Amino acid sequence: MTARIGVVTFPGSLDDQDALRAVRLVGAEPVPLWHAHDGLDGIDALVLPGGFSYGDYLRCGAIARFAPLMGEVIRAAGQGLPVLGICNGFQVLCESHLLPGALVRNAGMRFTCRDQRLRIESNDTVWTSRYQRGQEITIVLKNGEGNYVADDETLARLEGEDRVIARYLDNPNGSANDIAGISNERGNVVGLMPHPEHNVDPLTGPNTDGAAFFASVMGYVSALV
Amino acid sequence: MARVVVDVMPKPEILDPQGKAVTGALGRLGFEGLSVRQGKRFEIEVDGEVTDERLDEVRRAAETLLANTVIETFEVRVDSPGPLQDQVQP
Repeated sequence: MTARIGVVTFPGSLDDQDALRAVRLVGAEPVPLWHAHDGLDGIDALVLPGGFSYGDYLRCGAIARFAPLMGEVIRAAGQGLPVLGICNGFQVLCESHLLPGALVRNAGMRFTCRDQRLRIESNDTVWTSRYQRGQEITIVLKNGEGNYVADDETLARLEGEDRVIARYLDNPNGSANDIAGISNERGNVVGLMPHPEHNVDPLTGPNTDGAAFFASVMGYVSALV
Repeated sequence: MARVVVDVMPKPEILDPQGKAVTGALGRLGFEGLSVRQGKRFEIEVDGEVTDERLDEVRRAAETLLANTVIETFEVRVDSPGPLQDQVQP
């Protein structure tokens, strides 16, 4: 049975098509899901893509968090469904309190768009298991509000529980502890500011460093079946 | 119709890049010694009377959506008719 991996499209999502393509390239069946859909259609894993949502009025992801589908996403994530939030998806996961902390305006107030060097800090999640701990990768970063903030207690807990999954090698936006991505306690929910779905095909990216995120979850889901 | 105001501010320990940029611009314009933190103000028109229950409802709305209490604090208050308005009346 082929793994079915869903990608939610919010009004304003930009990278849903690239995420669906990344899913297809690792051999899974991509399942597009509209934000107003009433169920998850029995998918095995879910990607909340990058871009924008509902104009990102109020705060990034604040209104998307209450999209009709999100109640179901929060429930399923609590039951262990692998969920990856990329960029705006990461912001939605923080607004949903599936991940701690928040993403605020970049220090320096500039929108940043570049190939970003990262170090994978934890491969103990369903989305990073195919990386080596300490592996350095370069994937696309593009955001105006990617500055990860959390109180000291939360940061200490994330560090202590090995939940910082990726760190910037040259911090582009002021994120606390150079954090580029984190996971929940269980390791099934991951938020990541840079965009692995843009680095999966040599035709359209400088490398395929992002593909292992999708291969990781594919491996996890296939092992379950 | 009564008006309730919700003020939302970034918590003191949270970096406020917008306030920092405004602070820098004020300094460059010659306004010395002014340190800015930037928040949001919501003006909410409430149907009917503003009872304690209504205010509690607005507080819940603020906590649910208007503010992200991970990084922001909020204050809810009834916007009373200003003194100027009172003076105009005979």
